[in-house]
Amino acid sequence: MWRYTVRRLLQAVPVFIGTTLLIYAMVFALPGDPIQALAGDKPVPENVLRTLRDKYNLDDPLLVQYAKYMWGLVQGDLGENYTGQSVSEMLGGRWAVTAQLAITAWIFELLIGIVLGVWAGLRRGKLADTLVLGGTTLVIAVPVFVIGSLAQILFGLRWQIFPTAGTDDGWPMSYLLPGIVLGSLGLSYVARLTRTGLAENLRADYVRTARAKGLSRTRVVGRHALRNSLIPVVTYLGVDFGNLMGGAIVTEGIFNLPGIGQQVFQSIQLKEGPVVVGAVTVLVLIFLLVSLLVDLLYGIFDPRIRYE
Amino acid sequence: MTAEPRKGDLVPAPRPDAPLLQVDDLHVRFRVRGQDVRAVNGLSYTLAEGETVAILGESGSGKSVAAQAVMGILDTPPARVERGSVRLRGVELLGLPERRRRAYRADRIAMIFQDALTALNPVFTVGDQLREMYRVHRGLGRRAARDRAVELMERVRIPSAARRLGDHPHQFSGGMRQRIMIAMALALEPDVLIADEPTTALDVTVQAQIMRLLAGLQDELTMGMVLITHDLGVVAGVADRIVVMYAGSVAEQSPARDLYARPAHPYTRGLLASVPRLDRRGGPLVPIAGAPPDPAALPPGCPFHPRCPRAEAVCAVERPPLVTVAPGHDAACHFAAEVHAEQEVPGAGSV
Amino acid sequence: MSEATAVAAAGGEVGRASLWDDAWRDLRRRRVFWGSAAILAVVAVMAALPGLFTATAANEGCDPNISGLGPSGDHWFGTDIAGCDLYAHVVHGARPTLLIGVAVTLFALLIAVLFGTLAGYYGGLVDTLVARLTDVFFGLPFVLGATVILVAFPGHGVWAMTLVLVLLGWTTMIRIMRGQVIAVRDADYVRAARLLGASDGRIMARHVLPNAVAPVIVVATLNVGNVIVGEATLDFLGVGLQYPQVSWGLQLGQAKDSFLDHPHLLIFPAAFLSATVLSFLLLGDAARDALDPKLR
Repeated sequence: MWRYTVRRLLQAVPVFIGTTLLIYAMVFALPGDPIQALAGDKPVPENVLRTLRDKYNLDDPLLVQYAKYMWGLVQGDLGENYTGQSVSEMLGGRWAVTAQLAITAWIFELLIGIVLGVWAGLRRGKLADTLVLGGTTLVIAVPVFVIGSLAQILFGLRWQIFPTAGTDDGWPMSYLLPGIVLGSLGLSYVARLTRTGLAENLRADYVRTARAKGLSRTRVVGRHALRNSLIPVVTYLGVDFGNLMGGAIVTEGIFNLPGIGQQVFQSIQLKEGPVVVGAVTVLVLIFLLVSLLVDLLYGIFDPRIRYE
Repeated sequence: MTAEPRKGDLVPAPRPDAPLLQVDDLHVRFRVRGQDVRAVNGLSYTLAEGETVAILGESGSGKSVAAQAVMGILDTPPARVERGSVRLRGVELLGLPERRRRAYRADRIAMIFQDALTALNPVFTVGDQLREMYRVHRGLGRRAARDRAVELMERVRIPSAARRLGDHPHQFSGGMRQRIMIAMALALEPDVLIADEPTTALDVTVQAQIMRLLAGLQDELTMGMVLITHDLGVVAGVADRIVVMYAGSVAEQSPARDLYARPAHPYTRGLLASVPRLDRRGGPLVPIAGAPPDPAALPPGCPFHPRCPRAEAVCAVERPPLVTVAPGHDAACHFAAEVHAEQEVPGAGSV
Repeated sequence: MSEATAVAAAGGEVGRASLWDDAWRDLRRRRVFWGSAAILAVVAVMAALPGLFTATAANEGCDPNISGLGPSGDHWFGTDIAGCDLYAHVVHGARPTLLIGVAVTLFALLIAVLFGTLAGYYGGLVDTLVARLTDVFFGLPFVLGATVILVAFPGHGVWAMTLVLVLLGWTTMIRIMRGQVIAVRDADYVRAARLLGASDGRIMARHVLPNAVAPVIVVATLNVGNVIVGEATLDFLGVGLQYPQVSWGLQLGQAKDSFLDHPHLLIFPAAFLSATVLSFLLLGDAARDALDPKLR
């Protein structure tokens, strides 16, 4: 396990550098003035442009720019908006909201997703299976922002089961509906992965062995088959966190939750490019970090991987 | 060995005078994509304590399915035990509700499988999988279960057992893995052990070790053993009786010595002729022509007749019953007596 | 039921036919396959020849006085906030949506098949390079990555958008392709071909590729749906296509401030978008079931 951990950590280094360099190059190194480009067609005063060029070290060679940018990032400096406001200050109080939303979504999709997956996997080819497969396909086909908007109309306005928007009711009430919306896509994949994995593992030799050992069905399914079926689910959790971060922008926008995502959402409308770049870069970094953690978790979950 | 009372014994009462394991007229069918596959069609055999019965057959002959039906671990559906009886010391197992049936599994009848790499759960340590036997069936605590697990591993001669308890199956060699499989099956000291091709996945040298280990443990525990194999070589040294299966039913059954010396079924004769034997070298090997029948479309009459060198008109029409050619020696062939009377297996005889 | 049995038995009889023949025979019997194919055919015609469905051009005949009307005889799907006919807009929205979905997937598939095969077949340095590069791009989630890149690219059109999405969308397929090629690379028939002196190029084209590509094709089909959803999300956020372009995602984005009062602005484009995506997903699922008999 120790060797596996070290190897994964070492592998993560080039990914962190490569990914951030990629973003940086795409945003700041393309022809034209990146600061003006980030503002779209919005006019930016010449002195602001100059300050920002200076702030982002755009007169240095690319790698030096990148190194300085990254150094700032590590120290919590995410750049500056056209108004001279620090991006990290703009995001300051918003982390808690996004974290609560993401955790709500994660709990929802794991809990319900695994339950639905087990239900369908045990009844492969029966009505339950068809329902879960059909339902999850539908959820995957409908974009999160449509699900969110419909949920807001129906559950928030029409039936008034949940608050329509904002965080006035605190956690969990204000976060339930957005969390379900945000987690719906992940739930679909978790359910499908669990279902396929379980249906396959139920036919595995070691499940037959477990039955021959005289174990109860609950134990055969719950301990032996399910444990193996959840391995792909764990792998998926890393990828899913990326979807979750992207979905948070949409969901926080729709439900008016004052988190990082909403800041990105509003900054896109207001054409505040530097804020979008700073905030999204941080979200990508968080995603990479979570992926790394999930990878390490995977080593615990599937002992075979440790000895490759 | 059986000092402590066992929960399986409570109801219905076993009869100590009844045979240890008696399988009678067992029929198993599968429904696979609308097709009816008749995997086992009337298998019968009896096993006494301390005895080894080998069930010999090609792949697809239904021998593994029959074993799983005896264990009660077939997937139903698609499988269905259509009729027949499986009695352990006189107690009928086939009609028992799953809860009661479960109490017999591993405790009274245990099974080991062909490929220990896939038959052991890859994500749990072997210690976990061994301890589970004691924790679930005997209600032992963690420590006690662990100690018993170490004892078990020592019993099947796994070096430095205590240290390897925390290892996962893929960290063991093939032979060691099969030993763990055996240890797990013997954890509760069952009366009957069903070994389904226990050495097929192993190297020849390791095969011998495993067979010797099994034989030793069988003696120690006075277990009855059902050895399922396609390999005449594995059977030779250990089996007391041999049941030859073809297309899901018994082609021939006999004490081991008799079968080798004077087979009474053309199929058995063909099997013997197609295998190199140390005691009869020099002769040509004669393979059996054709392929085993598709269990979804068995031929009418004797299932072996399309491949049989001595088939006559009657074989395609009438299914031969088991006839006794010598005490304890039966064969399902219209010409069993004639085949039995012939002295040598053709092709294997000329020195 | 008995007919299906007979067909199954016949399929079993000619079991030596290739994987693709079997898959096609299997697909032909699936209603889901024909349903999805029919929906996609309609959408494809809509994208290619919008004139067949509506005489109104995009952004034409808009009248601010009739903004936000519900469905009626004159305007089947009602009108949007600018007073444009929503039906005409939905018809015209098919082209960019479908074009981006299919083009992104095709280019990504091309990259995945080409470099995945090379990396898997040759191994060594090429493989390491491709694998590391894949890791880097995989570190950029689709929507996040596209958002940050597109923000720096104002005024991009369909093709710039395609380019950015291809950049972010090839990693999953290349990983699968590479894994498949590695699995096939050492198969006996590939070794036999090598012993008979076939060139690397020939072995890859004739023996490795046909046996390795099936799962990637399945994923590609599913991927078209995912790209369409991703593109619509970017339009919705305001970093995707921009007015005066017309796309389903853009219509949904324009509806976001008014759908509480005018739900039809959300429902019609969403229904078309979802039906299209659903068709690709079901098509991919059906193809997977057909190509992978052990999952049946």
